Amino acid sequence: MTIARHLKHRTGTLWLAALVHRLSGLALAIFLPLHFLALGLAISGAATLDGFLRWTDQPLVKLSEVLLVFLLTVHLLGGVRVLVIENFDWRDGQKQLATLAATISALVAFFFLVRVF
Amino acid sequence: MNVRLYVWQRGTAALMVPLVAVHLAVIFYATRQGLSAADILSRTRGSIAWASYYGLFVAAVSIHAAIGVRNVLTEWSPLTDRSAGRLAVAFGLLLAVLGFRAVAAVVL
Repeated sequence: MTIARHLKHRTGTLWLAALVHRLSGLALAIFLPLHFLALGLAISGAATLDGFLRWTDQPLVKLSEVLLVFLLTVHLLGGVRVLVIENFDWRDGQKQLATLAATISALVAFFFLVRVF
Repeated sequence: MNVRLYVWQRGTAALMVPLVAVHLAVIFYATRQGLSAADILSRTRGSIAWASYYGLFVAAVSIHAAIGVRNVLTEWSPLTDRSAGRLAVAFGLLLAVLGFRAVAAVVL
């Protein structure tokens, strides 16, 4: 009973939005050093960077990029929602806004998926 | 998170809103015919505008991500506040070094 009460708020849309914001941020933080290392390959010349870029043509890598585009967009829109809540007058419909942010992110990722395949 | 870190995290977040939006647009533009080093470098090499844009982006994201990682470590790991802070500073410095190195690689 007590556990159920403690977990009750963890099923709400806005709790889920906060979790998505945190996990997407964490995933992007893990990805960033690898992204910077990849771009740093240009120090050794265009051919080295090109070699890496050809490796990224693999379907699984492209799918990972689609996921990253989703994570970046959802973290951006989730962050904008937080900034607006904290700096402007309260607006109702936060659950709908959070759902809209996730939907837009999914659409952006889908357009990217269509573009790269 | 103390007030100073809160202000830095929200400040860098606000700064990065247009930077990320532009980055997403560039991602879509750059992948229109597949990525190639020649394409990327022809855009960025010798460009003060791209150097400033990516330089600012790296500085902002290094601070923002380090504070975010500190918050996660403080709340989700058994680390003390002090240890989480040290790890976050190390992570932020790593991002800054690798990030500015990457900017130099594509701009110089």
